[in-house]
Amino acid sequence: MSSEGSVEGAADPGGDGKTHSLNVCVAAGCLSSGSEKVKVALEDAVKSHGLEHECKVKGVGCLGLCSKGPLVSVEKENVVYQDVEPGDAAEIVESLGKEAVTRLKCDMESPFFTRQTKIVLENCGIIDPERIEDYLAADGYEALSKALTQLTPHDVVDQISKSGLRGRGGAGYPTGLKWSTIAKSVPDSTGRKFVICNADEGDPGAFMDRSVLESDPFRVLEGMAIAGYATGASQGYIYVRAEYPLAVKRLRTAIRQAEKSGYLGANILDTTFSFRIDIRLGAGAFVCGEETALIASIEGKRGTPRPRPPYPAEHGLWGAPTLINNVETYANVPAIIRHGGEWFASRGTEKSKGTKVFALAGRVRNTGLIEVPIGITLREVVFDIGGGVPDGKKFKAVQTGGPSGGCIPAEHLDMPVDYETLSRVGSMMGSGGMIVADETSCMVDVAKFFMEFCMSESCGKCIPCRVGTAQMYDLLCKITSGQASMQDLDLLIELCDMVKSTSLCGLGQSAPNPVLSTLRYFRSEYEEHILNKRCPAGVCKMSNEVVHNG
Amino acid sequence: MAKQVQVKTLKINGVDVGGRGDQTILQVAREHDIEMPTLCHIEGLSDVGACRLCLVEVKGINKLIPSCTTLVEEGMEVTTNSERLAKYRKMVLELLFAERNHICSVCVSNGHCDLQDLARLLGVTHVRYPYRYPRLSVDASHQRFVLDQNRCILCTRCVRVCDEIEGAHTWDVMGRGIEAKVITDLNQPWGSSETCTSCGKCVQVCPTGALSEKGKSVAEMSKRRQFLPYLTTMREERE
Amino acid sequence: MKKIKFATVWLDGCSGCHMSFLDIDEKLLDLAGKIDVVYSPLVDNKTFPGDVDLTLVEGAVSSDEDLEKIRSIRTRTKLLVALGDCAVTGNIPSMRNQFGMNAVLRRAYVENKTIGGKIPNVNLPTLLPEVRPVHELVRVDHFLPGCPPPAEVIEYLIDELLAGRTPDPERRTRFGL
Repeated sequence: MSSEGSVEGAADPGGDGKTHSLNVCVAAGCLSSGSEKVKVALEDAVKSHGLEHECKVKGVGCLGLCSKGPLVSVEKENVVYQDVEPGDAAEIVESLGKEAVTRLKCDMESPFFTRQTKIVLENCGIIDPERIEDYLAADGYEALSKALTQLTPHDVVDQISKSGLRGRGGAGYPTGLKWSTIAKSVPDSTGRKFVICNADEGDPGAFMDRSVLESDPFRVLEGMAIAGYATGASQGYIYVRAEYPLAVKRLRTAIRQAEKSGYLGANILDTTFSFRIDIRLGAGAFVCGEETALIASIEGKRGTPRPRPPYPAEHGLWGAPTLINNVETYANVPAIIRHGGEWFASRGTEKSKGTKVFALAGRVRNTGLIEVPIGITLREVVFDIGGGVPDGKKFKAVQTGGPSGGCIPAEHLDMPVDYETLSRVGSMMGSGGMIVADETSCMVDVAKFFMEFCMSESCGKCIPCRVGTAQMYDLLCKITSGQASMQDLDLLIELCDMVKSTSLCGLGQSAPNPVLSTLRYFRSEYEEHILNKRCPAGVCKMSNEVVHNG
Repeated sequence: MAKQVQVKTLKINGVDVGGRGDQTILQVAREHDIEMPTLCHIEGLSDVGACRLCLVEVKGINKLIPSCTTLVEEGMEVTTNSERLAKYRKMVLELLFAERNHICSVCVSNGHCDLQDLARLLGVTHVRYPYRYPRLSVDASHQRFVLDQNRCILCTRCVRVCDEIEGAHTWDVMGRGIEAKVITDLNQPWGSSETCTSCGKCVQVCPTGALSEKGKSVAEMSKRRQFLPYLTTMREERE
Repeated sequence: MKKIKFATVWLDGCSGCHMSFLDIDEKLLDLAGKIDVVYSPLVDNKTFPGDVDLTLVEGAVSSDEDLEKIRSIRTRTKLLVALGDCAVTGNIPSMRNQFGMNAVLRRAYVENKTIGGKIPNVNLPTLLPEVRPVHELVRVDHFLPGCPPPAEVIEYLIDELLAGRTPDPERRTRFGL
């Protein structure tokens, strides 16, 4: 660390002869709070101070603490400035090589920074996501080159299996097992297999995949290429939602640069392995995150799921064996291949290895993007890293897993965050959304919010999900407007069970989870709405007019 | 090309049965006179597993399995008639009745309707969920046929017969969730469709009164479905 | 044997279910020996008495008068049977729901007027915004779908109830019919 180093003593962060690098976060969060203007102001300040040859200003990906954006980091100096305004530019530039600007400094010793373990996000906020040179300087494509020149496809699958990596899209299926199934499966009649990256991130409040794609897109391409090598596929698709224009733009740039540099395309690194990646844009349907619906959508059909089996591993895109993993899963792969499966497996818990990226949001001081070892307790996440609930309010619950997950109350704050524990308490790991609720949140209202989401995102193919979610939403509206009876609550519970058990795909099967988990821990809130026509948190507007007494 | 197909033995409701490895649980069950309710399934068209009425329990599998899309496997133990399944099947029908405006008493298909028959068969005497009474359209622009969205259950038989048998693909589905509906061409009036051949197959496979022939009054629209197994058999023989 | 107190009610329906009931013909004579009809459109009694044993209700709930009536009846009868599709499903009266009450009244009384169209509002019960089946508003003990339910099924249901058994009308009738 050289926070007090002189100009001469400082490192050469970019390898381009410049002594300093001011890294401005230009991921969506900081961009929306004006970081582009900050970047321009810093560039102007550098020029006006005549420091063009000593200092560069670069846009980088997510620095994590989104609630305090725009963020600017001074590379290799362990200094991050928060809430930076264009007017602060001169002061920041003047401070280079001297004492940092105290009034803007983030506390780097705070648990938000010290308690994180970065694998997926190791380059986030450090490299320029639009320059492959930056990625290469950060050991980029070392893993692909190692895989292609030193490992057989079988060895690669073996390392992934050893690492204990599990699908980061939410369900937690062992990645190594999935890869080995596709590696073993027979290609279709034209010799094809496919690798798909699911970047159709759609949970409300979740932006892990977006941040990775915006901050370190090369990493995902590298992971996919390694997957292609391991499974015998030569074509990959990234299915990314059109609502992520910045991620799409950076992916396109990254693919172009990787092709130009020989890391994608024919005969990668002069080997016999060829791999192309194309982007397919989703048109904003949440259900297209379900793998069979996603495949239908890539094929140009209406994005609706179909019953499994057959699984995409045997019968996927255009009938060929297809590997589908989530963005974060692929983003773990380069590090695993670089350091070996055992290295990865040494992190996390017995059954859940490695780290998980979470988007921390809601009633918590530090909202943003975090990466923590799996097995960390919820209390550490919410109170240490998140800084606890602001304004002296009382913590009530954490919602994980988005519309498929559930609410975890205070009594479970000390449980480890891993796949099994989360599902045991009625929630799920999910893709990584984590929303904190305090005493001002009504849990029935939260359940209603997610049910409305599922209702409008149901594809309409199967009856339980299409009509069941609408009926459950209506019942929740009745409860939150003080017009429901206890019989309505019974109907709701019965529908939850039926929709969960009989829906065609994961969307419907998990749609009742927010209701079931809030009923499990906050049943009294439901009863208060029904019996006393009162919302304990004061969120729901009660109507006195009784329309139905059912 | 003669494919080699293995014979599988399995148990359905405790009874030993056998079937070919390329047959679904539903096919094998029906061959053995084990009845299961279905709405989206129709012999001769591909299966989509959408109506969830034919769900069955399979020993060792946590989830319920659609029997119309699941192939039989050696040693499978299938239950088609548990109390739990009966309850869910009734609920599926209740949800359907509550979804749109199925007024049986004034329907062209009264007495010839799969939905109405199943309600009686499965013992649905009333619907416990509030009726939604959506405002839906009737398209009578076609010279010979009528589409009444009020009575559609979105089984997509019309979509599949038009695509797979007639080869016209006039029908498809638009919209999501509770707003989903079947449409002709790009949601244009049926009468102005340039792809529709007016063959009427969609009308005949429709399980309810959603698709009917013009000039039919209440209870007069019975469907003639013999063409479907006939056509599929003829095509299979030609192959 | 002591006669039970029996009532029938006619809400928003066409009276077809009552006609079907009368269609049990000569069986009515047997029935007369077992029931005492204390309230019905078929008898001359203006008020619904208390402590009724069995009430058959025909018709959907369409007006404030229907609503008041069925709520008060529910408190005065031991068993309530929804008789026929209007009571069970809303049936034809509920077809107005998708258009909205005002549009329907305007179409009926104003748009198709011959002379001086006006929506009648004097001495008439106010229509509810939506027609609902009976069980959405009060507890119903037994359901007999059908438009109308066949006479023999009505007879079967009453016989079973009189004998203290739970009727199982499921396979004997259906929606529409």
